[in-house]
Amino acid sequence: MLSASSGAVVAAEAAPNPWFDWSYVTDNSGTILDHLAEHVRLTVAAVVLGVVIALPLAVLARRGRWLAGPVLGLSTVVYTIPSLAMFAFVAPYTGLSETTVLVGLVLYSLVILVRNFLAGLQAVPADVKEAARGMGYGGVRLFWQVEVPLALPSFMAGLRIATVSTVALVTVGVIVGHGGLGQLITGGFNANFYRAEIVTGAVGCVLLALLADLLLAGAERALTPWSRRVRS
Amino acid sequence: MNLLQDALLWLNDPFNWTRPDGVLDLLRQHLRISALAVLAALVVGLPIGALLGHLGRGGGFTVALSNVSRAVPTLALLTIFAVTPIGFGPTATTIALAVFAVPPVLTNAYVGFRGVDRDVVEAARAMGMTGRQLLLRAELPLATPLVMTGIRTAAVQVVATATLAALVAGGGLGRIITLGFRQQDYGAVLAGALLVAALALLTEGVLAAASWALTPGAKRLPRRSSMAAAVPVPVPD
Repeated sequence: MLSASSGAVVAAEAAPNPWFDWSYVTDNSGTILDHLAEHVRLTVAAVVLGVVIALPLAVLARRGRWLAGPVLGLSTVVYTIPSLAMFAFVAPYTGLSETTVLVGLVLYSLVILVRNFLAGLQAVPADVKEAARGMGYGGVRLFWQVEVPLALPSFMAGLRIATVSTVALVTVGVIVGHGGLGQLITGGFNANFYRAEIVTGAVGCVLLALLADLLLAGAERALTPWSRRVRS
Repeated sequence: MNLLQDALLWLNDPFNWTRPDGVLDLLRQHLRISALAVLAALVVGLPIGALLGHLGRGGGFTVALSNVSRAVPTLALLTIFAVTPIGFGPTATTIALAVFAVPPVLTNAYVGFRGVDRDVVEAARAMGMTGRQLLLRAELPLATPLVMTGIRTAAVQVVATATLAALVAGGGLGRIITLGFRQQDYGAVLAGALLVAALALLTEGVLAAASWALTPGAKRLPRRSSMAAAVPVPVPD
């Protein structure tokens, strides 16, 4: 171990090891794009599944305090579990596969989303609901046409946080060999501390997160035209 | 079920705890790195957050800071610090973790101090308090719940992410998991995961109790859920 690391240091000093190398990106564009595709695939799947599970959970939890307590308590526990441990919990059952990473990511995004969905729904003013009911809105229409639009800013805030943290968390999937751009980060580390590869992976992650956040911010603006003037 | 038995068997073997680089060694490393990182983050984040909140400036900066920090993968920062001249080891890990712990501490301190009722500030001024007295004796007690939430968030996050150091040849309890994966020993993997999760939950519990004890006035546990709705606090990973 010791001799290996000291050998690596000598090699790193002898050979040029730039922080970024455009030729690395062009020469390995195929690999990078594959990892990027996996990263995007995992993120989108995790957030979409998270939404699909979180929405009914939030609606259920709103029904009564006795459900909201356990749901929020459990979500705190889930969120406190470190990501590496989470993947380690799942891996023995699903193996070294993308599914392992996906299950862990869904759990995390789910937790963020339930909290924000619930907060959004609980913040809908009671008199607005009453007025809607007075106008003859039934349960389903009240939910989709009155409560969801009013809770949308909170929903979208949760969605943005969940997406951005998921993009960052995908990298931990390297433990089972499916870490998207994280593969470049540890790949470069294991390939004699090849900085260009590490930085490409890291910068790629950050850019991907910012791009996703920007897209969702745009979607939020488009979906809530009434809040634009207040925001700016 | 078999797997859980393997994990319990692993945990029940005293040799796994006491050997060099066993659980106790790794736990000691883990806690040392975490404590140093949180301490460094407090030294940097608390004064800046408190001052910005006290002055009511820099709101955009704190929001941007917490947003950007969420987008940067911890693994990336851990790796990048490890390939700088610092070299991989406890120092690089500690610095990387401290960098990640600053935003929650700073943001919550800012929001806590910023959120102090203006009437209280006015009253304190009218009573002749100086700026420093105002900050320490009027605003600090009122901001304590949020400041403590920030510290708790940061500490839990640091303890959790310290496990990732094992992915880039660092120490800490994450070693058990990475080593288990490398040796295809899923019992050890599960045992490591249990240890790490327990440590994170314990940290959360201890600091929640501490914040309860430190908060003056009506005793009430600051709930993350109510915070999440009111305050743009960053979520840990």
